[in-house]
Amino acid sequence: MNPTVSTRRIAWPALAAAVALAAIAPLFVSDFFLNVILTKALWLGIAAASLIFLAAYGGMVSLAQVGIYGVAGMAYANLVLADGGAAAAWNPYVALVAALVIATVAGLGFGWIASRSEGIYFLMITLAFSVLVFYFFSQVTGLSGFGGVNSVELPGLLGSPEQDPVPRYFVTLAVAVLVFLGLGALSRTAFGLGLQGVRDEPARMRALGFNVTLLRTLAFGIAAFVAAVAGVLSVFYNGRITPGSINLAQTIDVLIIAVVGGLYRLEGAWIGALTYALIDNYSRKWVPEVGNVLGPARFNTLIGVLFLVIVLASPGGIVGIAEQLRAKLRRPRRHGKAGPAPAPVARTID
Amino acid sequence: MTLRADNPAKVAGIALAIAVAAFLVVKAGQDGRQFAVVTLNGLTLAALYFVVASGFTLIFGLMRVVNMAHGSLYLLGGYIALEVQTRFFEDDSGLGLSLSGASDTEYGLLGWVVPLLVATLLIGVIGVVLQQVFLRWNQGQDLRQALITIALSVILADQMLAAFGGISKDIATPSAWPTSVSLPGEVRFGFFRGVIVLGSALAIGLGLWLIIKRTRFGKIVRAGVDDRDMVAALGINVNLIFVGAFFLGALLAGFGGVLGGTMISLAPGQDTAFLLNSLIVVIIGGMGSLGGAAIGALALGLVDAYADVYLVFGGADLTNYSIIVTFALLVGVLAVRPLGLFGRPA
Repeated sequence: MNPTVSTRRIAWPALAAAVALAAIAPLFVSDFFLNVILTKALWLGIAAASLIFLAAYGGMVSLAQVGIYGVAGMAYANLVLADGGAAAAWNPYVALVAALVIATVAGLGFGWIASRSEGIYFLMITLAFSVLVFYFFSQVTGLSGFGGVNSVELPGLLGSPEQDPVPRYFVTLAVAVLVFLGLGALSRTAFGLGLQGVRDEPARMRALGFNVTLLRTLAFGIAAFVAAVAGVLSVFYNGRITPGSINLAQTIDVLIIAVVGGLYRLEGAWIGALTYALIDNYSRKWVPEVGNVLGPARFNTLIGVLFLVIVLASPGGIVGIAEQLRAKLRRPRRHGKAGPAPAPVARTID
Repeated sequence: MTLRADNPAKVAGIALAIAVAAFLVVKAGQDGRQFAVVTLNGLTLAALYFVVASGFTLIFGLMRVVNMAHGSLYLLGGYIALEVQTRFFEDDSGLGLSLSGASDTEYGLLGWVVPLLVATLLIGVIGVVLQQVFLRWNQGQDLRQALITIALSVILADQMLAAFGGISKDIATPSAWPTSVSLPGEVRFGFFRGVIVLGSALAIGLGLWLIIKRTRFGKIVRAGVDDRDMVAALGINVNLIFVGAFFLGALLAGFGGVLGGTMISLAPGQDTAFLLNSLIVVIIGGMGSLGGAAIGALALGLVDAYADVYLVFGGADLTNYSIIVTFALLVGVLAVRPLGLFGRPA
C-alpha cells in the first residue's frame, strides 16, 4: 500500500464534498452527535494524521505522538486559568502559542534522539518516550493536579461549548482541513520528496549528499507540531486534561485509529477516527453480553479485535480495502486494452 | 574504547557518570545502612527486570520480533499463579471471613512452587501458540508483527481486567520462609527479595548463558541471530528453533510475573510498566544481547532505586521527578550509542 513516491494531487472534489457535508452537519445532527462523534473524530484524526504523515512519507512509525500531544495539552492547561496545576492565568491565545512551541521543541528533541535509529528500533524508542511522558505527569502532581487539571479556560473564539458546541466544532473542522492540506502540500515540496527518498533508500540518499538524520528530525518536528495542535484541541474538547488521558492506552488508541484508517494515506486518519468514535459510542448498545468476555464494558476487547482483524487482513486499513475494491471494479472495463494494473504490493517499513 | 575529544557526547557522558558515582560515595558515607538497603533494593529490582527483559531480548535477537505482548504475558503469568494458589492451596483451617484477606492463610512450600511451575510452563505454551497462530506466517514483517502483538496486548489487558478485577493483589510466600534476613552491619533485608529473586535471576542468567554457549540449541540460536537464512540453508529446522526460543522467552516473562507478583503486586497497568521496563532495558543494553540485558537491568534498577531516595537536596524534595533520571539514562545512552551498549546493526 505504501506509495513509491507520492506526488498525487489531492482529490479536490472528494475533499470539497466531505468538507461541505461536514459544514452543514450541525443543521441536522444532534448536539450530542456533533460533540461526541464529529468533533472528537476531527481532533483524534489530527493526532492520527501526525502519525500517518511520519509513517507514509518518512517510513517512521512513531508512538511518541500521544506523548507530544500530552506535553502540549498539559502546557496549555497549566498556562491558562484552571483548577489544578500551575494555573498561571495567561491569555489563552498566548498560552496556545506557547504550548505549541514547547511541545514542538520537545518533539524536536525526541526526534533528534530517535531519528538516529530506524524501523522497529524507532517504534520501541518512541513508545518509551510516550510512556515516560505519561509517568512524568502522573508523578509530578504540581503540573497535573491530583485529579488532573480541570475547568481549563478556553479561548474566546470557542464561546461556551457547554451551551453551544457549534463554534468549537467549526474551529476543529477548520484546523483539521488546514492540517490535511498542509501535510499534503508539504509532501510534494522538495523537502517532502527528499523525505520519501529517505524512507525508501536511506543509504542512497546519504550517498547523494542528503543529511538523512536532519531530514528525519525535521519531519519529526513537523509531526510533533501537528500532534501538539491535536493535544491543545483535545483540551478544548474535554475542558480538562489528566495523566490518564495520555497513557499507553491512548497511545495505542491513536495507533489503532491510524492503522484502521490506513497507515499510508493521510485521509485514513479521519476515516479511522470516525470509525473509532462511532464504535466507541454505539458498540455498547448492540454488543451481546457473553459472560465476562464480551459486553458493553469490554470496549477495549472489541476495538482490539477490530485492530487485530485489520492488521491481519489489510495492512492498508479501510482506505486500503476501499482501494482494492475499486481496483477490482475497474479491472473488467480495462479488459483487452491493457493488462490489469499491477496490484499494490503490501510492504513493511524496514 | 578510546576517548576522543571530538566526541563531546561521550566526554559529557563519562563526566556525568563520574559525578554520579562521587555523589553516591558521599551519600554512602553519610548513612551506610540506608545506602546498603537502597542498593539491595536496586539490585533486586534489576534482578526482576533482567528475568523479564531477557525473554524479550532473546525473542528479538533471534527472530526480530518485538513482542509488545511481553508485559501482558508477565501479568498473565502472575495471575495464573495466584489463581492456582488460591484455588488449590488455600488452607481450609481458617474461617475465610477475615477482612485482611490472604494474609491469614498459611501456605506450604508447595503452595508457592507449584503455582510458579504451572504458571511458567503455561505462559511458555501460550507464547508458542501466539507465535504459531499470529506470527509464524508473516515472519520478517517486523512492523506488522509488532502491531499484531499490540492488538493482542490490548485484548489480553481487557480480558485480565474482566477476569481478575482492578484491585491490586499479591501472591503469598510460603509461611515457612522468614520475612527478612540479617546482613553484616545490622542491615535487615526482605528474604524473598534478597534471596529468592536475586538467586533466581542469577540462576536464570547462568542457565541462559550455559544454554546459549554450551548447547546445540544455543549454538543454532547464536548462528541464527547472525544469519537466519544461512542457518536455514544448512538444513536446520529454523521453525522448530523459533518455537523453542519463543517458548523460552515467554516462559521467562511468566516466571518474572510470578516473582513480581510476590515481590511487588499484580494489578492492571503492571503489564504496561513491565513492557516499558523491558523496552528500556534492551534499548540501553542493545537489542538481542543477553549481556546487554543484564547491564541494562542493573542500570535501570539501580537508577530507579537511587532516584527514589536520593533526589533530596536540602529542602527540595525532587523524588517526584525520578522518572526524569530514568529518561536521562535512556537518552544519554542513545546519544552516545544509538544501538545501545552492546547493540549491533541488524
